[in-house]
Amino acid sequence: MIRERRRAWIVGSIAILVSVVVFLIPFSFVLLQAAKTPAEASNLQFSWPTNWQFIQNFVDTLNSNDGVVWRAIINSAILTIGSVVLMVAIGAMAGYVLARKRSKWGPVVNFFVLAGLIVPPAVVPTIWVLQGLKLFGTMQGMILIEATFGLSFCILLFRAFVGGIPRELDEAAVLDGAGPIRLFARVVLPLLRPVIVTVVVVQAVFVFNDFAGPLYFLPNSDQVTVQLALYTFQGQNLSFVNQLFMAIFIITIPPLIAYIFFNRQIVGGITSGAVKG
Amino acid sequence: MSTATPATAIQAGDIVTEGHPPGKKKARRGIKSYYPTWFFIPALVLYVVFFALPTFSSFYFSLTRWSLFDSTFIGFQNYVQFFSDPQLYTSFIHTLVYAVITSGAKVIIGFFLALLLTAPIIGRGYLRAVVFFPVLLSTIGVGIMWKALLDPFHGMVNAVLGFFGLPQPGWLTDPNLALYSIAGIDIWKGIGIATLIFMAGIVAIPTEYFEAARIDGAGAWKIMRQITIPLTRGATATVIILSLIGGLRSFDIIWVTTGGGPGFTSDVLASVIYKQYQAGFFGLSTAGNVVLFLLVTAIMVPLSYFLNRKQVEL
Repeated sequence: MIRERRRAWIVGSIAILVSVVVFLIPFSFVLLQAAKTPAEASNLQFSWPTNWQFIQNFVDTLNSNDGVVWRAIINSAILTIGSVVLMVAIGAMAGYVLARKRSKWGPVVNFFVLAGLIVPPAVVPTIWVLQGLKLFGTMQGMILIEATFGLSFCILLFRAFVGGIPRELDEAAVLDGAGPIRLFARVVLPLLRPVIVTVVVVQAVFVFNDFAGPLYFLPNSDQVTVQLALYTFQGQNLSFVNQLFMAIFIITIPPLIAYIFFNRQIVGGITSGAVKG
Repeated sequence: MSTATPATAIQAGDIVTEGHPPGKKKARRGIKSYYPTWFFIPALVLYVVFFALPTFSSFYFSLTRWSLFDSTFIGFQNYVQFFSDPQLYTSFIHTLVYAVITSGAKVIIGFFLALLLTAPIIGRGYLRAVVFFPVLLSTIGVGIMWKALLDPFHGMVNAVLGFFGLPQPGWLTDPNLALYSIAGIDIWKGIGIATLIFMAGIVAIPTEYFEAARIDGAGAWKIMRQITIPLTRGATATVIILSLIGGLRSFDIIWVTTGGGPGFTSDVLASVIYKQYQAGFFGLSTAGNVVLFLLVTAIMVPLSYFLNRKQVEL
């Protein structure tokens, strides 16, 4: 027993030490650079800031380049909320019927859902379609695109979860006089709450962090998202390295909050989504 | 709600008129009509318009010289150019190398990390959190951070290596090294998902198996080889499939760290697609997309079939 406990200590300590070197030092490097003066930060050294100006840099970064970071945060929020709401609503509807209805089309639908997970999107033809619909470079178009790309994951998760809800519940609701819409909206949807939270959190983190999507489909500078803003930031502001790292920190805050509050859901969502994929 | 009311009335009526012979079969068919097929329509429209249509039309547009407004059919010229131009062709090889390295490392490192993080050690909760956290970070942020850490002159990594008198390579600037350095960053960022899936697999193994093996005198190595590895095969399959798909499609991390350079030594298919798009060669870019599509399908379809079959045998 004592031997085992000692081993728990030794192995754990080594692992913690390694994790500090591999993970915590890079994270703290970002924070330290974000607190320095521009001149000091440009050395890229892992050192304590001689002149601590974290708050000052925070405000400066938000306001730099006519407040592009602010605008980017608002745009990213709109994009994330819009596309996640859309894909949850649509994915839940499709996943629900797919789980309940037995039809000869089932395998075909399943094939296409899986294809949506695996196949890389054809980007330039997508731009062509968006232009045809007068949606290229618009936030609405980007929301529809993100919703489409996340749809397969949502449908798989919703279908698996609905499969676990007993059919007798549906029959009871129908006997009590519920119509199809009411059955879904008032009986099934509230039961889907845990999986909805999972999908919302996982997809929100995904859409918020997406870079390639906005790079292709939102080329206008006034509709820049946080990832695009960060990318252009590193190209332009070589003399403001402190603000560059502050920008990294700022856009890490939303996923950090999501992680603190929804740790269990994120973890559950990734494992269940992964096992099904 | 107002649109639903007439439909409800009709279907309720159906049940009443058909309801004479009582029986389970009728009741089942009755409830079936309560799952409206039109619930598929929004998903179907999005999928067809923004995914299926672009994918299918990409086969045609890859055979054209294309300006988004009009296209001239030129046959397989884009593909000929793609596979005869070394600057483009090498991206195909890089994509494969990159995907295999990242996927292989995620399987091996993820498995051992999961073993460690499911064992009774101190600081387990902290370790799980810190390993998983990079998964949530933006790839762009991670790329910029590692670019600074791996800087050949100022970077911390080389400063430490220099302190110990070790060689200080130009991680992202050496043509022979750049692709592997990026793969390393990718592994650093994504290892949390692999670890998590393996942890789920290990936790699902009934503890009696381990106890029985220990009573029979099996050591840690033997338990791992005879019990843990075979019984986490499902998790292994999942990690391989997910990380290969991710690796083959990888773009963000490569674009932000090296932009495909130095030269074209870290260009992958996804970055070539973007470069050709940027340069206005839409047909060529789409041909790259089709190549990526075919590569992903050619690898993923037989592989997932093989991995799933193995799983059933178990």
